[in-house]
Amino acid sequence: MIEFRLDQRSGVPTYLQLVQQVRQALRLGILQPGDQLPTVKEVVGKLAINPNTVLKAYRELDREGLTEGRRGQGTFVSHDQPAAVPGDYSALRSALLKWIERARKAGLDDESINALVAATLQTVFFEKAA
Amino acid sequence: MSEFALEARGLGKRYGKKWALRDCTLEIPTGCVAALVGPNGAGKTTLLHLAVGLTDATAGSVRVLGRSAWEKPEVVLPRLGFVAQEHPLYRRFRIGEMLKAGEKLNATWDQALAQTRLERLGIPLDQKIGTLSGGQQAQVALTLALAKRPELLVLDEPIAALDPLARRDFLKSLMEAVADGGLTVLLSSHIITDLERVCDYMILLSASQVQLAAPIEDIVAEHRVLSGPRSDPSAVERLHSVIQASHTDRQTTLVVRANGHLYDSRWQVDEVDLEEIVLAYLGRSPADAPESLEVAS
Repeated sequence: MIEFRLDQRSGVPTYLQLVQQVRQALRLGILQPGDQLPTVKEVVGKLAINPNTVLKAYRELDREGLTEGRRGQGTFVSHDQPAAVPGDYSALRSALLKWIERARKAGLDDESINALVAATLQTVFFEKAA
Repeated sequence: MSEFALEARGLGKRYGKKWALRDCTLEIPTGCVAALVGPNGAGKTTLLHLAVGLTDATAGSVRVLGRSAWEKPEVVLPRLGFVAQEHPLYRRFRIGEMLKAGEKLNATWDQALAQTRLERLGIPLDQKIGTLSGGQQAQVALTLALAKRPELLVLDEPIAALDPLARRDFLKSLMEAVADGGLTVLLSSHIITDLERVCDYMILLSASQVQLAAPIEDIVAEHRVLSGPRSDPSAVERLHSVIQASHTDRQTTLVVRANGHLYDSRWQVDEVDLEEIVLAYLGRSPADAPESLEVAS
């Protein structure tokens, strides 16, 4: 069984923290196919968070195919997991590495790189919203 | 089941010449956990008392579960749980006796629920209420309210007097009750960090008026802080609502409720957390805010 934690200062929405912790537990093998996730009531009884937040996290995991909700029984880790995550993004990762090298050569330090990425993501977010 | 657990239309309450609450229009969707936030004297307790029918309105109306609690108490009150500030309980009663009183005084009463809850919390039924800690008294008050099996639970400052551990325990058991389903919660508080994890709807009251009433997710998504070289915010104001503006000799910082698209190369746009948003609304100078009146709630 997995135990959730919350970092309220991280700025990451609560439901997403739960999703990320399940993904991480799957990568590390702490969660295996067929394992049951804690019930909504167990999670809220532990973390003092809104039940809808847990439901939202579990819906997202279902949508990604990582878990399946069974009516009246709970949420279980799927037997056929989607392809392992790191492999899928290897092309993106190597492109990003090259981009980071270029940014360093242009004189940007890590903080500037992070700021640039964050600002650009925000632009994309607002263009999508518009 | 109606769509809204609570609906207020133009609701106002005047004590003498002073309005404790004025022109309050809002809806609380069924099934949510709503936080009522505002400084002391903003009218929070007045709003809650109007909702549960402890006092009648000077203007407008408020309906809970589709009816007015003031006009139809016999219909509304059995479906409503209310825990007043300071969790009033009979201090000389033993907890078992308090439960008995609850059973006799209420049409619906789930004795098993009450006993199981208290047992799980390690609170023995033969103990006198006066000997319990503040946190335990809060839990007993919550248990009594939940044993009614209410559809709407109204809590006035339930966690203000509790230490951080008791506060967390209280919110845990409240959330477990919500997870069981069929319950809408309205609670007033000014401890915003705890509210953010527990609540999904927020009503912000200040200077006797509603400043905001919306799902917390939407509130956080719509607000941004803009910073840039010192400038006149009127261009931003034409499109968006500027909640707070502050200036140094070189820089201007704005907290903005964005009206859709908000991207402007002159400003750095950052996300802003709920606490900062609330503080921005509360910190508005009386000139921007609706008429401010000093009122004891």
